[in-house]
Amino acid sequence: MWKSPRPKKTYDVIVVGGGGHGLGTAYYLAKEHGIKNIAVIEKGWLGGGNTGRNTTIIRSNYLWNESANLYDHSIKLWENLSQELNYNMMFSQRGVMNLAHNEHDIKEMKRRVSANRLNGLDTQWLETKEIKKLVPIMNTDNLRYPVLGAAFQPRGGVARHDAIAWGFAMRADEMGVDIIQNCEAQSIKTRSGKVEGVKTSKGFIRAKKVAVVASGHTSVLAKTAGVRLPLQSRPLQALVSEPIKPIINTVVMSNAVHAYVSQSDKGELVIGAGTDGYNSFTQRGGYDVIEETVRAIVELYPIFGKMKMLRQWGGIVDICPDASPIISKCEIKGLYFNCGWGTGGFKATPGSANVFAHTVANDEPHKINAPFNLERFSDGRLIDEHGAAAVAH
Amino acid sequence: MILINCPYCGERDQSEFSNGGEAHVARPENSDSLNDKDWGQYVFYRDNPKGIFYERWVHSHGCRKWFNAVRNTATDEILKIYKVDEKTPKIDSFTNTLKTPSGEPKVGSGNFTVKK
Repeated sequence: MWKSPRPKKTYDVIVVGGGGHGLGTAYYLAKEHGIKNIAVIEKGWLGGGNTGRNTTIIRSNYLWNESANLYDHSIKLWENLSQELNYNMMFSQRGVMNLAHNEHDIKEMKRRVSANRLNGLDTQWLETKEIKKLVPIMNTDNLRYPVLGAAFQPRGGVARHDAIAWGFAMRADEMGVDIIQNCEAQSIKTRSGKVEGVKTSKGFIRAKKVAVVASGHTSVLAKTAGVRLPLQSRPLQALVSEPIKPIINTVVMSNAVHAYVSQSDKGELVIGAGTDGYNSFTQRGGYDVIEETVRAIVELYPIFGKMKMLRQWGGIVDICPDASPIISKCEIKGLYFNCGWGTGGFKATPGSANVFAHTVANDEPHKINAPFNLERFSDGRLIDEHGAAAVAH
Repeated sequence: MILINCPYCGERDQSEFSNGGEAHVARPENSDSLNDKDWGQYVFYRDNPKGIFYERWVHSHGCRKWFNAVRNTATDEILKIYKVDEKTPKIDSFTNTLKTPSGEPKVGSGNFTVKK
């Protein structure tokens, strides 16, 4: 599907991180910006990090204009990505529902629905009986936090996590991008404020520009270049059940009781749990976090009470103080960061890669990602998405 | 899941505790003359090392007292626990017996099968 070349001595751009965001960055750099001398280096296997560890939820119902622009840019790319990459993304716009369980939830979500509609997004408010119609198995009234309504985005949905990494990788490879797996970036070398290259487990590779898309490990790499980022890394867990017949045909998220569920094409329930309450780089997470999620799932869907869970895993997410990403240059010339996606980066994969490639190629941000700069943590222009980001709060 | 040895109550499950982030972050002395960049550093920036991390914990479902810990964030191994009025222990290196290419522990890291 792609070659596995030995690294060359020098590249125009090295992308650190072979997940969806990194491979997409290389793809758009080659396709839209005419840069072909690119390497993507990955410490493990393609899409083996957070690209393969999420719950594949795609939506753009964020509160602020900046976020709505960014995430909807991504949905629009998702809508055409199977054709563009000639590879089936299994992108299924089955809708995403965010449940409200109390007065505050209702107010916050109705405000967000209105903000979304002003930004041209398709979010709408559902009353409980409309939710019941869409998800008949949901227990809406006989539980501690009853379901009082929901924000629903029909264009949201799910996609196949591996497909986006593999699709971008194949097309980037065809355009001459070197995809190098089992090649761990160990440090970023700089000289007098300019990037020189990356020291890797396969030796030093020189580069004019280095684009770091290393999710949970971004701050560790940034430190080797003397750059401090406002990120905290934590394990985020997910789990899947045994496969069953189709029972739920949309994605249901509840922030208040913390339960996310959708059903994969294999029939497994895909359940998103929360982050651990402390920084960690161990890709597992605490049992009490799963326990809390499963308790909420069983209360919301009593029919799932006797199901068995098959697998559980954790990924290390990099969380920003305002729950919005950083897609930015930094004080080192030729060094770029695309990080801070926290608990919700998968949905943004093509959009993030697209605007990040623009930033790297032109040394200037695209107008969509210009607000997602590092300066916002000193000038105070934060993009506070704790409500919409759902898990990371 | 980790066990934390509360200096007041003894060893308890981590779910009884809340994490308070990086320890020993001092409020800048010259706050009225500080520029935006330095304020930003104090408000939003915290260390995020893979390895030795000095952090605060509170036994929120127990004695509700704060204390500090030194933890290896690559393995979650707690190397030292000390009270807030105790001297900060100096831990420069530690023996990580769990050697993997990325420095992650074998057991339960998600990359390896757990051997019984």
